[in-house]
Amino acid sequence: MSQTIPLRLYVNGDRYDIAVEPRRTLADALREDCGLTGTHLGCEHGVCGACTVLVDGQPMRSCLMFAVQAEDASVRTVEGLAPDDETLHPIQQAFWENHGLQCGFCTPGFLVLAAGYLEEHPDANEEEMREVLSSNLCRCTGYQNIVKATMCAAEKMRR
Amino acid sequence: MIGARSLRIEDPVLLRGAGRFAADTIRAGELHMRVVRAPIAHGRIVSIDTSQALLLDGVVAAWSYEDIAELPAIGFRLTPREDLLPYRQPVLARRVVRYVGEPVVVVFATSAYIAEDAAELVEIDLEPLPVRIDADDDPVGWIDAEQATWAAGLGRDLPEQDSEATSFIEEYGDVDAAFASGRGHIIEMDARIGRHTGVPMECRGLVAYFDSADQQLIVDGAAKVPFWNRDAIAAINGLTPAQVVVRETHVGGGFGPRGELYPEDILVTIAAMRLRAPIKWIEDRQEHLMATNHSRGQHHTMRALVHDDGFIEALDTSFILDQGAYIRTHGATVASLTASMLPGPYVIPHFRVRAHVRLTHKTPAGTYRSPGRYEGTFARERLVDKIANQLGLTRTQVRRRNFIAVEDMPYERPIEAMGTHLVHDSGDYALLLDKMEAKYDFAGIEAEVAARRGAGEIVGFGFGCFVEKSGIGPVEGAKVSVDASGGVTLTCGASSVGQGVDTVLAQVVSETLGVPHDQIRVVRGRTDQFGYGRGAFATRLAVMAGSAAMMASEELRDKAFRVAAHTMRVSVEELRLVDGRVEVIGSPDDVLTLAQIAGILEPVGAGELKESPGLSAEGWFRSDHMTYPYGVHAAVVRIDGGTGQLVIERFIVGYDVGRALNPMLVEGQIAGGVAQGIGGAVYEEFLYAEDGTPLCTTFMDYLIPTVLEIPDVEILVTEDAPSPINPLGVKGAGEGGTTAVAAAIASAVDDALQRPNAISSVPVRPDLLRKLVIAGPLQTTRPSKPSKTAARRPSTTNKEKS
Repeated sequence: MSQTIPLRLYVNGDRYDIAVEPRRTLADALREDCGLTGTHLGCEHGVCGACTVLVDGQPMRSCLMFAVQAEDASVRTVEGLAPDDETLHPIQQAFWENHGLQCGFCTPGFLVLAAGYLEEHPDANEEEMREVLSSNLCRCTGYQNIVKATMCAAEKMRR
Repeated sequence: MIGARSLRIEDPVLLRGAGRFAADTIRAGELHMRVVRAPIAHGRIVSIDTSQALLLDGVVAAWSYEDIAELPAIGFRLTPREDLLPYRQPVLARRVVRYVGEPVVVVFATSAYIAEDAAELVEIDLEPLPVRIDADDDPVGWIDAEQATWAAGLGRDLPEQDSEATSFIEEYGDVDAAFASGRGHIIEMDARIGRHTGVPMECRGLVAYFDSADQQLIVDGAAKVPFWNRDAIAAINGLTPAQVVVRETHVGGGFGPRGELYPEDILVTIAAMRLRAPIKWIEDRQEHLMATNHSRGQHHTMRALVHDDGFIEALDTSFILDQGAYIRTHGATVASLTASMLPGPYVIPHFRVRAHVRLTHKTPAGTYRSPGRYEGTFARERLVDKIANQLGLTRTQVRRRNFIAVEDMPYERPIEAMGTHLVHDSGDYALLLDKMEAKYDFAGIEAEVAARRGAGEIVGFGFGCFVEKSGIGPVEGAKVSVDASGGVTLTCGASSVGQGVDTVLAQVVSETLGVPHDQIRVVRGRTDQFGYGRGAFATRLAVMAGSAAMMASEELRDKAFRVAAHTMRVSVEELRLVDGRVEVIGSPDDVLTLAQIAGILEPVGAGELKESPGLSAEGWFRSDHMTYPYGVHAAVVRIDGGTGQLVIERFIVGYDVGRALNPMLVEGQIAGGVAQGIGGAVYEEFLYAEDGTPLCTTFMDYLIPTVLEIPDVEILVTEDAPSPINPLGVKGAGEGGTTAVAAAIASAVDDALQRPNAISSVPVRPDLLRKLVIAGPLQTTRPSKPSKTAARRPSTTNKEKS
């Protein structure tokens, strides 16, 4: 079982040449082989969404994908949202300003989910965003500030 | 600054995914631990075979009880009643397994994947034994004399123990005499609260290694109570506390269960010492749902003696707590808090509660946000609603009639809570209800839902009142220091479970020093950085660590003034501290920055000034009593007559926290607390099959509410009753969002159905609602006749243990 195969991943614009077992999940490969621990594992059965990453722009549960399925795809994680060390992505900034996080464990999943969706649907209204955000679980905030932050970010991103 | 809606200093790191949660500590050469858990709820261990697992490439070790037999059972951190000792949990199952999920074997391997492969190869032969899952059943034999003697560790032989671990009474007044008087109505109520728990989004995890250069055991991934756990880990491993460094890093939610000392934590540290390799254990979600503490799970039987005007003269009550298979670190905490906080905001001159803590073949239970108060508030507020209905009074009338009056504050109830005298430190319960009624127009809401019911909708409004507790002592400390570049650091024994404590403590320091809060570095949760810390539980840190931080800041300010006065040749009274600079009043050009003063206080200079080196100071805050915040929860609910679906249209919280150090964070705590309360009231429950098999071990079966189930909570934070027992006047905000959620929702559902007392248990499930909708409304308000049998004791089938 421990036979590994070489794999090339493109994550946040960087190339990672790694070797993984075929059964290794994308989440584990990102976290342990690429050292990108911002993607979190909250349930490993596809419900909580903490591990959400964008694969070719689409939000995916990285706990439900094998790493080898992401070969040649473009993967974007929470570490790839902010343009630089000084500036946050509008969704990150909005979560900060609206107290959209407490413990911060589910936050990367929500950020990536919302950023991915808003980039494709910049005119999403609140009802639509609630539906989207219901993909993920948060145990700290009661969600209302996550919704508020997401709608603030949507407005900023439209400008 | 205190009171500002300051943005959190924790967030930039977390938003970039740069945090360090338990699983994010990755060490070269680490071994991964995997726990093999009991597959049945009760059985005798016949044999354990790890040989196939050990043959697997990459597997380093596999242990069962025999390999760790020298370890004692896990101790109590709180409420350590001696009669509970025989029920303590062994680190690995000892001869018998008692719940599905109990650790039986651990394997260690070079990768998490291999460790899981190996775990599947471990063979455990079990002989099934009879299973008990209903705590209401009369107690039966639970553990034999040998196990009881071993687990208690008292050095003397104990007899066999039954499944009622403890039973105790809290009381004041003369309940029997009150009931014997025969004056008043007897009103009885039965209430049940389902078994559910905190379920933080991050599962548990721990990474430990022995640093052979420093001769220290380093433990990363701790939470909540790192100092207590450090001492326990040191003792178990034969090390001094100074040789053990416990660090909490980031914590993905606490809520009570996370951070307690569990069997897995001990195994990780033992393995790090024995195998001399970094050991990593990361719990998966299925394990979490059957291994981490459950909570709630209570059945209350209440009987009240009530005057015509709704005044509760006496309350005689008992409850059964479904403890699960062992008693863990919390000891009798939940039962004790349930008992002592049961009277809530009401006077109730005569009160008696009998607690029964019963063992069942389920996951052991501990605390969860608002432990004992969520349960007790549900039971009590259901009873109060019943009193109102039965006497033909309004729900607010009965509550107002019973509130402790503001003139009677501080109000001592002659019982204890968490080992402290229960003294309501301040509060104006009637005023908060007034404010809520006015601000949210309760009368208007009631008229509106009545009109909608008239139009055929099944909608209702309900509410509940409660008292919380917070800020338990006995002590917390903090050290503030300023370096020669002006950098300010607060070091303390506090812990963060994600609630924003860094920000709040920084605000407190900022208030005194005038340095922006986001330029203050907060160090906490690390046993190598501070001497003492009691932990993040019981909503205690704003009160305890906040007060300590304030005292330390003021000490530092005074020291800076002494140095500045000497240097600028003025008196201390002529100085003021503005924006991190000490200036002479009326002469703002005569100024020394804190950085300059820190420079002066480098050891040589400090010696000349007869000051201790460095611009730093400590503060220690002691408290013998808790603070008691209080609140009102209200809900508007709608029921779908076709499916029984319950929709919470509005949820409103009024909460007095004495002083809101950061209103944005207070509101965040409340909103999050409400969501968890809604989970327990409507969606979340650990169900078990007859044979003790847990039926909710994934998020497909254990339903955590999503954004679609949680309304935007409307919040009124008041500061009408500052606490007189700490310098900030603050009371904790962490739990009051949760406390009365089940009570308010049940009250609203009754109203929607127009069936008084329809809801006596939570979670309120659609199948019950559907049945009740079909059954239709009941006639309300049937005043009861004064009872002639007032002297009867509460009807209970429980065997009482003296």
